[in-house]
Amino acid sequence: MNAMTKTELRELSYAEAIREAMDIALASDERVVLMGEDIGVYGGAFQVTGDLVEKYGTDRVMDTPISELGGAGVAVGAALTGLKPIFEFQFSDFAALAMEQIVNQAAKVRYMLGGSVSVPLVMRFPAGSGTGAAAQHSQSIEAWLGHVPGLKVLQPSTPEDAKGMLLAALEDPDPVMIFEHKILYKMKGHVPEGYYTTPIGKAAIRRPGKDLTIVATSMMVHKAMAAAETLAAEGIDAEVIDLRTVRPMDRETVLASVRKTGRLVCVYEGVKTLGVGAEVSAMVAESDAFDFLDAPIVRLGGAECPIPYNPELEKAVVPQVPDILDAARNLAKGRI
Amino acid sequence: MADTLVETNAPYAIRTYSPEQLKDALRKMFLIRKFEEGAEDSYMRGLIHGTMHLSIGQEASAVGSCMSLTDADKITSTHRGHGHCVAKNADLGKMFAEFFGKETGYCKGRGGSMHIADPSKGNLGANGIVGGGLPIAVGAALSAKRLGTGAVTICFFGDGANNEGAFHESLNMAAVWKLPVVFVCENNKYGMSTSTARSTAVKNIAERAAAYSMPGVTVDGNDFSAVTEAVDAAVARARAGEGPSLVENLTYRWRGHSKSDRNRYRTKEEISEWMERDPIVAMSNLLVAHKILSEAEVAGLEEQATQVIKDAIEFAAASPDPRIEDATRDVYTEGAAA
Repeated sequence: MNAMTKTELRELSYAEAIREAMDIALASDERVVLMGEDIGVYGGAFQVTGDLVEKYGTDRVMDTPISELGGAGVAVGAALTGLKPIFEFQFSDFAALAMEQIVNQAAKVRYMLGGSVSVPLVMRFPAGSGTGAAAQHSQSIEAWLGHVPGLKVLQPSTPEDAKGMLLAALEDPDPVMIFEHKILYKMKGHVPEGYYTTPIGKAAIRRPGKDLTIVATSMMVHKAMAAAETLAAEGIDAEVIDLRTVRPMDRETVLASVRKTGRLVCVYEGVKTLGVGAEVSAMVAESDAFDFLDAPIVRLGGAECPIPYNPELEKAVVPQVPDILDAARNLAKGRI
Repeated sequence: MADTLVETNAPYAIRTYSPEQLKDALRKMFLIRKFEEGAEDSYMRGLIHGTMHLSIGQEASAVGSCMSLTDADKITSTHRGHGHCVAKNADLGKMFAEFFGKETGYCKGRGGSMHIADPSKGNLGANGIVGGGLPIAVGAALSAKRLGTGAVTICFFGDGANNEGAFHESLNMAAVWKLPVVFVCENNKYGMSTSTARSTAVKNIAERAAAYSMPGVTVDGNDFSAVTEAVDAAVARARAGEGPSLVENLTYRWRGHSKSDRNRYRTKEEISEWMERDPIVAMSNLLVAHKILSEAEVAGLEEQATQVIKDAIEFAAASPDPRIEDATRDVYTEGAAA
């Protein structure tokens, strides 16, 4: 019955939502090309590009050789001269092979040339741990790129944002780096039909609350939401902020929340030291919101080691729901 | 009249280009030489605070390689890139202003010597990273092919870059995708202090073309006509959709790598020997021998170039510095999320 489908919200997986965004972009703009390793008939290592090559052909869904540095550089050169490439790294870890082109070229060329050019380039990075892929296929390196002026760095946590932020990135004249958590690819959620954009640089309040603020990124947003439900049953009302953009960071949303709650936990999967949570904490500490704090800021981040293979170790080195619960309870009960 | 006395055994450049074009080529070679000398002199006088990489001795390679390009065609250049800018019709005043760090410079004083670019003339820019421009050139060629612009990209790089991974990845992709790009290696024998003999497993860098199934040719990079003949053929091949080529121009930089160079890795004899093979003298002789210019006209071109550079330096020196409050401008595009 048609009546039923009308009342139900359409659901797509995170990977399907990204594919739909790329499909819309390919259909509406001849300048858009997809580039990456095994994104054609294979469909991408995580089946994100899927069957797009059948619809758009190998000229627009281009398999690159296993040449991350060269491939990234080709995308930079193409973006400088009229194309709008979406470049997929097979794993975000492989960006290490291409840092020269990302950091020294894509990020800087507009500035170095006095603003006479722009680089409308989108790069996609499957990121994060939890797949048993060990140290070279599991990192969260958004802070590396977040440290580079000239780049914009996104971490969508829902299917709706994954589509909307990719379309926003394509409208953006500057290089935009999108980190997609691999565990999220299969997660389903409501995704609006057709074209829309999710703003870059704007955090989302996923759950309003008054007792403490949890600022989370990517996969950690879902862990924070799960923790918040448990906390609510205990009478602790947590506000969960999905940062969504690492650079430029949404200062206003975070500070307003801290002014309201007086307590802050930052949860992120990247290595704790010098990570995204360090920046969030410093942002609060340097602002008037500091005066509203009733307790020290707590950071929960990745352990100071590479991601291990053993599944129990792998879980242990990134924040989990119990870690968030412990931190939140201690903060709320004034133990910190 | 030149056209009534077509010499069928004359060098390629003489047979192919009009007297006006050849005269213009020599004019640009003089401009490069005078630009570099002016830069060196300005440095000595404390007007330039960074370092510089001078291309004196390499003028035939820069100008000869760009002979068959139009403004629609692209180039990517290197840290030793002043000559490429001039060959691609850059404004000398804006070049010097950039060198002096002025707001009127090509990059508004933000880039300096190693980042001069002029996208309006197809010059995508010099590069401070050895090999940095190679994949970017391939990307420009990809755009040309996808968008059907018919443009060709010349990718200038030095002998040092031929040992970077970016070189190998770029040549491979250009060949696999049959892109309209010409890789022009300016082999001046040394990557900073390390000679190609000590750094490179092949005798001629052009041999590496074979690994990527593209034509590779080594020419005397100080012989304007030889450079032009080789690069024109590669450009024509690229334009015809037949894919990339590699041309190696054997040349020599008379000056050191940069201002820190004490020239300990080469002999005075070697430098003198190459100075005897001055590409500008050779080009002048060629044009005089073929009656395209008189010796007085050659001298006139040199004088003219000296004056252009003098004016350019005056323009640069008189130009305003960028404003401190604009230091973070142009990191992102204005109006976009930042």
